[in-house]
Amino acid sequence: MNDYIRPGHGSGGKLMHELIHDIFFRHFGHHELKKGSDSALLQSNGHRLAFTTDSFVVNPLFFPGGDIGKLAVCGTVNDLAVCGAIPQYLSAGFILEEGFSIAELEKIVISMAREAKNSGVNIVTGDTKVVHKGMADKLFINTSGIGYIPEYAGSFANNRKIKKGDVLIINGTLGDHAIAVLSEREDLPFQSTIKSDCACLNHLIHSLLEKKLHIKFMRDLTRGGLATCLNEIAQAQAIDIEINETRIPVKASVEGICETLGFDPLYLANEGKVVIIVSAEDASEVIETLKADDLGKESTIIGKVTSENGKKVIAESAIGGKRLLQMRTGEQLPRIC
Amino acid sequence: MKYVHEYRNKELSQKLINKIHHSAKGKYTFMEVCGGHTMAIQKFGIPSLLPPKIKLLSGPGCPVCVTEKSYIDTAIAYARLSNTIIATFGDLMRIPGSTSSLELEKARGSDVTIVLSALEALKIAQNKPDKKIIFLAIGFETTAPGSAVAVVQASKARVKNFFILSAHKLMPPAMKAIVDEGVKIDGYICPGHVSTITGSAIYDDIARKYSLPCVISGFEPLDLLQTILALVHQVNEKHSTVEIQYARAVQPNGNPKAKAIMKQIFCETDSEWRGMGNIPKSKLVLSEKYQQYDAEKMIPVDVEPTISDKGCICGEILKGLKTPLDCKLFGSGCTPENPEGACMVSGEGACQAYYRYQSQTEIT
Repeated sequence: MNDYIRPGHGSGGKLMHELIHDIFFRHFGHHELKKGSDSALLQSNGHRLAFTTDSFVVNPLFFPGGDIGKLAVCGTVNDLAVCGAIPQYLSAGFILEEGFSIAELEKIVISMAREAKNSGVNIVTGDTKVVHKGMADKLFINTSGIGYIPEYAGSFANNRKIKKGDVLIINGTLGDHAIAVLSEREDLPFQSTIKSDCACLNHLIHSLLEKKLHIKFMRDLTRGGLATCLNEIAQAQAIDIEINETRIPVKASVEGICETLGFDPLYLANEGKVVIIVSAEDASEVIETLKADDLGKESTIIGKVTSENGKKVIAESAIGGKRLLQMRTGEQLPRIC
Repeated sequence: MKYVHEYRNKELSQKLINKIHHSAKGKYTFMEVCGGHTMAIQKFGIPSLLPPKIKLLSGPGCPVCVTEKSYIDTAIAYARLSNTIIATFGDLMRIPGSTSSLELEKARGSDVTIVLSALEALKIAQNKPDKKIIFLAIGFETTAPGSAVAVVQASKARVKNFFILSAHKLMPPAMKAIVDEGVKIDGYICPGHVSTITGSAIYDDIARKYSLPCVISGFEPLDLLQTILALVHQVNEKHSTVEIQYARAVQPNGNPKAKAIMKQIFCETDSEWRGMGNIPKSKLVLSEKYQQYDAEKMIPVDVEPTISDKGCICGEILKGLKTPLDCKLFGSGCTPENPEGACMVSGEGACQAYYRYQSQTEIT
């Protein structure tokens, strides 16, 4: 009964993880792929390279704070940056639906060029395919990226040991991207002024690495939201994490929409947020460095590592009760009563 | 949005928790009827803050969870008809029918669309006059007025291609059935949203005939803690009355307009509830005057025979006889991604609430 691809297989949650492990990892099998990190870290003639790829299918193509082109550059740049790499070159593959407006395509490409320039990467190769009307939803983009790992980031890329007492930091508010996209879709009974947080984080991240602070781990938040990301970290690193919900920054307007539609901000998509695990003694300097950048103004500690031998994520609620945070399962849907 | 954090104030919560600990003398079992309450109780970790002698049970108040399998099978049969669009609340998509689900039918090519209200479904009907739009009308007294308004508007605008497949259920008959089944509880945390429509009088019978304290509760942690304290007090004082804790939203008289339109459009009938069997006068169907909007009356369809659940104990969970942790399938054979029973599908289902937000007792 369940042998079909369902929307949840692409939502960044548990179903997608199962698909990746059961189908892709099983047949592709390379040890670097199986690490499941944001980028593959490769050796080439003594140089250390990071390599990654990402596809973008967002609907609508344009939303407050960005568009599919900006996302396509930021997503790949961020996947390289969180691995400690300096992003260098990007590819751009386009799948276009017959009938799609060339003016809109150009608008998207201009946006990609602008974002690439801002983040210091060059788009150096590409591909174009056109499919018949109805065979794709207007436009899909794939970008791949290559970056090099500078000497000063070498020890970070080698994975420092996460210890009990290390703290978790986030660089700003949760859920802005999900709500901006949602509010742009038709037929929703509300209007909002929330903008997507879509941004390239490479300059922010490298300001940390250059200072040689004891960064243990970084991951950018995407579709599965903070809860899914923390579960991935807890499982991959075999640690227990505890977060305090009152410390997690959420815009009042995002919170209001979540309350109305029954969403949990911890499971909403983000496109310009990174979770950083750092030793407690370096936490204040990390936050100070993050706050010096526009993309890190609201940086704050949200929780800590409570055990070096575990895989649980626990959240303390506003009233002090505790609950287990699970990975996102399927799509978040508006509740009915 | 204002007044969210006010109802999640840690100091005030702590005061109420202390009072509950101080007042709790014997053992207490309270049932939260509403799925929204189950969700909030788990989300805020309330069980980890209560004394162990207070036990909270989840009741039959998640509309998706109590919707009978044969209803899903009927909806799937309609989804397979050509020129037909099924308009549904999102939660129903993944509910397993006997051999399929609406989500799978959509993947196979059926036209199934998610809506947020009955009026949205009516709008689709008006925009696509060559298609038949069937709205899956589920929910309790909370959503029934919305379906009623859509039928009235369809009638006024002479829309011919809008139909509803009703599974609108009524709360009090199920609450009585649970006690009649012999479930041992000491009081009801009564549903807040249902009561905004119905008012408080629908629970009078339960408080009087069954001697059960009833407190209508809001959905924030302070609401729920205050409600639990009020129930403890009623039990201690051997009272059984209906109290309204959620006074900022619930009037004793309810919403007269909503009640009037429900009465105009619907009539009561007996109904199957998933896992609970047949409950007399527990469902709303369109009255004779509005039968042209009743999918079952107007659109004949062959429905495959319903296959009963194997191993799933949703029925006992809905009745409060067991908790999700008692189920052999919980967490392994039945997960939100691959649900076996309806309680694991809906965000308000007891099993999903337990799965997503396990309380402190299960954490350590």
